[in-house]
Amino acid sequence: MSGSAVGPAEADEASATTMPASPGVVVDVDEAGVPLDRAADVGEVGVPHAGRAGAGRVSGMSASRAVEASAGFAVETFGLTKRFGRQVAVDSIDLAVPAGSVYGFLGPNGSGKTTTIRLLLGLIRPTAGRHSMLGEPMPRGAGRVLPRVGALIEGPGFHTYLSGRDNLLRLDAADRTADRSTARARVDAALERVGLLAAARKRYRAYSLGMRQRLALAATLLSPRDLLILDEPTNGLDPQGTREVRALISSLARDGATVLLSTHLLSEVEQICTHVGVMHLGKLVAQAPLAELRAGVAPRAAVETSQPDEAAAVLRRLGLSDVDTAVDRATGVLGDLAPEKVVEALIHARVPVRGFSVLAPDLEDLFVSLTGEGFHVSG
Amino acid sequence: MSAASRFLASELWLIFGRRRNWAGLAVLAVVPVIIAIAVKASPPGRPGGGPDFISSITENGMFVALAALAIELPLFLPLAVATISGDAIAGEANLGTLRYLLTVPVHRTRLLAVKYAAIVVFAVTATLLVAVTGVVIGLALFGGGEATLLSGRQVSMGEGLLRLLGVCGYIAVCLCAVGAIGLFVSSLTEQPIGAAIATLILTMGSFILHAIPELEPIHPYLLTHLWLNFGDLLRDPVGWSDLRAGLLHAGAYIVVFCAAAWARFGAKDITS
Repeated sequence: MSGSAVGPAEADEASATTMPASPGVVVDVDEAGVPLDRAADVGEVGVPHAGRAGAGRVSGMSASRAVEASAGFAVETFGLTKRFGRQVAVDSIDLAVPAGSVYGFLGPNGSGKTTTIRLLLGLIRPTAGRHSMLGEPMPRGAGRVLPRVGALIEGPGFHTYLSGRDNLLRLDAADRTADRSTARARVDAALERVGLLAAARKRYRAYSLGMRQRLALAATLLSPRDLLILDEPTNGLDPQGTREVRALISSLARDGATVLLSTHLLSEVEQICTHVGVMHLGKLVAQAPLAELRAGVAPRAAVETSQPDEAAAVLRRLGLSDVDTAVDRATGVLGDLAPEKVVEALIHARVPVRGFSVLAPDLEDLFVSLTGEGFHVSG
Repeated sequence: MSAASRFLASELWLIFGRRRNWAGLAVLAVVPVIIAIAVKASPPGRPGGGPDFISSITENGMFVALAALAIELPLFLPLAVATISGDAIAGEANLGTLRYLLTVPVHRTRLLAVKYAAIVVFAVTATLLVAVTGVVIGLALFGGGEATLLSGRQVSMGEGLLRLLGVCGYIAVCLCAVGAIGLFVSSLTEQPIGAAIATLILTMGSFILHAIPELEPIHPYLLTHLWLNFGDLLRDPVGWSDLRAGLLHAGAYIVVFCAAAWARFGAKDITS
């Protein structure tokens, strides 16, 4: 899908859900009652429109979720910082996860994603900064907030000599807000939802990596959640399992939960996320709705021709920007223009066209440009 | 069942449902059986060799329990409690379950309280297991009847059992002090075995230091200093002041180390 095609298509979808907002991007920052100065901070990182972090829910949103979205952020951090000795693991990040979004928390291994998640959940204390979740300041509100949060942190962790079901019952027993009389039913429902019911009585020791990952996901579903914080949820899953988990996340989001999804897989973000934050060396280097990030890397039309100057003239006349020529080609940023119109105009102007292509925006290129390296390990 | 007791029940189920711990408890229970059979096979001829109780067994089988407790107190019982308490926090950290418990959420103070309560239950259970096994096998092999106290007076079977129960209580409190140390050490590390060994070393070290007369000035502060005061329950009249001193001594250890565990664990970054 090219960047230019995203806007209108999704705007239709959004307006179909009777949003009381302007077409295009749905809920605007100021309409949502979100302070604009926060957005301005994010804008400094140089991503086009990154300032609209809290802006519109982009697609497939129900009316009730629109209300929730306007209530603000499910996760919000202010200058959150964690130092371990001399190393700065998380460097003054201002995360803003809109309520109702599926927020892709992207970054190379070692970029500080997991440390951030541990900070959010109160497992470690920040060196500086503060944060709130589901509208309550943390860690003060942990007792009220965390029962509404399901979390998968740095892979599964269970008692090896207990069965999958017994492990979940153990976690449920530790939850003082959980109803004992429904424990068994809820545990089995969670196991069913991740496709693990058949192996419920097997010892955890005998589980494969994929089954362990599924059990950890089941643990996040033991009670109704408003926020899911999932750290690399498809780790260790086979392609089938990966598809299932992505479908599960999408269905949770449809039910109204906000999902903070930490991952290093771009495909995961492209398939299920509405918003993206990119971590690099402990810093949040970009944060925006996915559609805006996509728009930021505009598709280019490329014409292969023996007369590049004539071709370039046509492109300019059509309104393409940043037109460039080489020995046997001319290129330009396509904008909202349909590619076939360009071809038609070229033929009409009798420019000999040997080949025509649209170089679609590649998120990977964008992220490499943001993180300045391949998507592997931060030092 | 309230939320607190449900979590404690789950904790006890983790401890008592684990085969490793069954094996440990079996070892504790085997000792009185071995003592009883050994005494039955060759009755000791040496009378009155101090409060080792062995020489009294042939007269009253109940003394198998006391002999077994006296023999297991220096090593087996502290070892069992050190293993369980060392596992308390470090075991969860090692498995990766600690981060999930804390995000359930379980408040850290509540987690420590439940963990320590489970350690206390285990200490009491382990002590009673030794005593009950001893009484059962002793009565089976040697019969019951009146018991002769250390001070020579004869008491009824019922009073004898009551005094035995008191001994179990005293020993269990001493073991709870070991458990408090174990809980504290367990909050320092992610290695449950290391925490258990460290706790056992502290207990054994206390015995060793106590055996060196030159170190007498520090003896009153050692963990095991008053452990053998349980013998005062078997005198007539009962040596209440010594017992009270021993209980206060153990209580001080419990308070200090539970507080240390709380201070340490409450502020700790959980990176496991």
